[in-house]
Amino acid sequence: MNNKELHKTSGIIEWIDYRLPIFTFFKHFAEYQAPKNLSYLWSMGSIAGIALVVQIITGIVLAMHYTPHVDHAFNSVERIMRDVNYGWLIRYIHSVGASMFFVAVYIHIFRGLYYGSYKTPRELLWQIGIVIFLVMMATAFMGYVLPWGQMSYWGATVITNLFSAIPMIGKSIVTWLWGGFSVDNPTLNRFFSLHYLLPFVIVGLVLLHLVALHVHGSNNPKGIDIKPGKDMIPFHPYYTIKDFVGFGVYFFIFAFFIFYEPNYLGHPDNYIPANPMVTPAHIVPEWYFLPFYAILRAVPSKLGGVILMLSSIIILFFLPWLDRSPVRSSSYRPWNKFAVWFFIIDCIILGYVGGKPPEEPYLTVSRIATAYYFFHFFILVPCIAKYEKPLPLPKNLDEVKIC
Amino acid sequence: MSQNSNKNDPENNSECNLDCSTRRDFMVLAASSMAAVGGACAMWPLVDSLNPAEDTLAMSSIEVDLSHISPGQTITVKWRGKPIFIRHRTEAEIKEAEAVSMSDLKDPEEDSKRVQAGHAQWLVMVGICTHLGCVPISGQGDYDGFFCPCHGSHYDGSGRIRRGPAPKNLEVPQYTFISDTKIRIG
Repeated sequence: MNNKELHKTSGIIEWIDYRLPIFTFFKHFAEYQAPKNLSYLWSMGSIAGIALVVQIITGIVLAMHYTPHVDHAFNSVERIMRDVNYGWLIRYIHSVGASMFFVAVYIHIFRGLYYGSYKTPRELLWQIGIVIFLVMMATAFMGYVLPWGQMSYWGATVITNLFSAIPMIGKSIVTWLWGGFSVDNPTLNRFFSLHYLLPFVIVGLVLLHLVALHVHGSNNPKGIDIKPGKDMIPFHPYYTIKDFVGFGVYFFIFAFFIFYEPNYLGHPDNYIPANPMVTPAHIVPEWYFLPFYAILRAVPSKLGGVILMLSSIIILFFLPWLDRSPVRSSSYRPWNKFAVWFFIIDCIILGYVGGKPPEEPYLTVSRIATAYYFFHFFILVPCIAKYEKPLPLPKNLDEVKIC
Repeated sequence: MSQNSNKNDPENNSECNLDCSTRRDFMVLAASSMAAVGGACAMWPLVDSLNPAEDTLAMSSIEVDLSHISPGQTITVKWRGKPIFIRHRTEAEIKEAEAVSMSDLKDPEEDSKRVQAGHAQWLVMVGICTHLGCVPISGQGDYDGFFCPCHGSHYDGSGRIRRGPAPKNLEVPQYTFISDTKIRIG
């Protein structure tokens, strides 16, 4: 169609779309196709998306009642709990919602690990996902500081002090992060500002994640490349409906925690106002940081611990090149299947010892588990890729049924 | 639905008669309605949280001691974040306010309706101009009452609008005399 023809079109939709292709954009979603064999594990992406929306909506309302000042923060949160209409509900949705968000994202990541979703041509998709995970961790950490309880304060102190491990400039960086000589009002103010900003950064990253996803489409449980045709079905309504079922289960579990165990995943010490003079006897981060916390404490060197902890996430960026096996799905990789499961168990063990005091036997366990974590990525994954004999792959999804 | 053209769509392939399409339509409508109702209910706590909180409501009444206000004096107290004018009127002021003819008033109201019986010397009003919310100045204006500096509204010694853009008399809040020299506002 040439320009003259387009200018003549009388429809307002064509007029707008020619200038701003929003209708073409919607059409893409209406026509978007996905492999027909996606399991419920593939709902975790949409669930994580909903979790982000819930956090942003409840967070905006909470920010309307919250005061980011060391003298008022704790009391303003208690006021939300006691005096603001439904404040208890909104705050519990937000705090439980953070944990639920991480549950969805962790399952989403392990799904990717098991089915090789990080492999070509989805390397960038995978890496954007890791960036989202990192920004999520920063957001969650700063959000946990805002109630200004004992765990908030000492969590902030410990995590910001990680940067002091950097040789030479470490101390100056920490002072810069704090805006003072300890975690204090300037720190609380900037954390509040960033905690409000970063979710919108995540929204932007999620859009990039979706753009990258929609170029080559979803991976699938068989891990084979799927050509358009009878192995694909329209995303809407088939996967929108399937995702809605996932949302139902997700919100059911979510509601159970909000109404019956709202503080199960929190820590009672955070209901004590922050006291810079007294550290609680046993401080732990939120559960979703525990595996990394365990790696940090496993190393008897300050700098070494910090480096190892960062490496444990950075290494995920290189996974597409550490695993050179041409087969994606672990369903057809008899060795890798076990390796991934052992890795998941290793992460759970790390999470468990991360929540325990830094003493024996937990210290030894955390060292072995940390060693295994890196053994998995540096030795196991490349070696399995090299020596494993994958099972024969089906040519298409229907052939699977005949097998 | 846009995917009707797709070969994989069972709706298109099966011999779907009118009945089965209405059943699906019904299910889609019913499910969407449920989702809409659920969504609206879920929004309510968020909306309601913006209403005055319990502690804000708890502070919505105050007690004021009048014994130290000498005749002719006006004090301002804060109630629900708003200024409240309390004027101890002299006999002359009361007489003047009572003498005003109703036809001279933009918002006709007897002076006796604006004070409490037996306490005509006490004039209690919300000190907010009924025009656009400024605080009038006591003892100014052409009617021995209040004058709003923002847009020039003149109120008389009973707080009634006499001249200027304001449409109504100054509002009298709900208050009760606990004793002869003490009132509770709110």
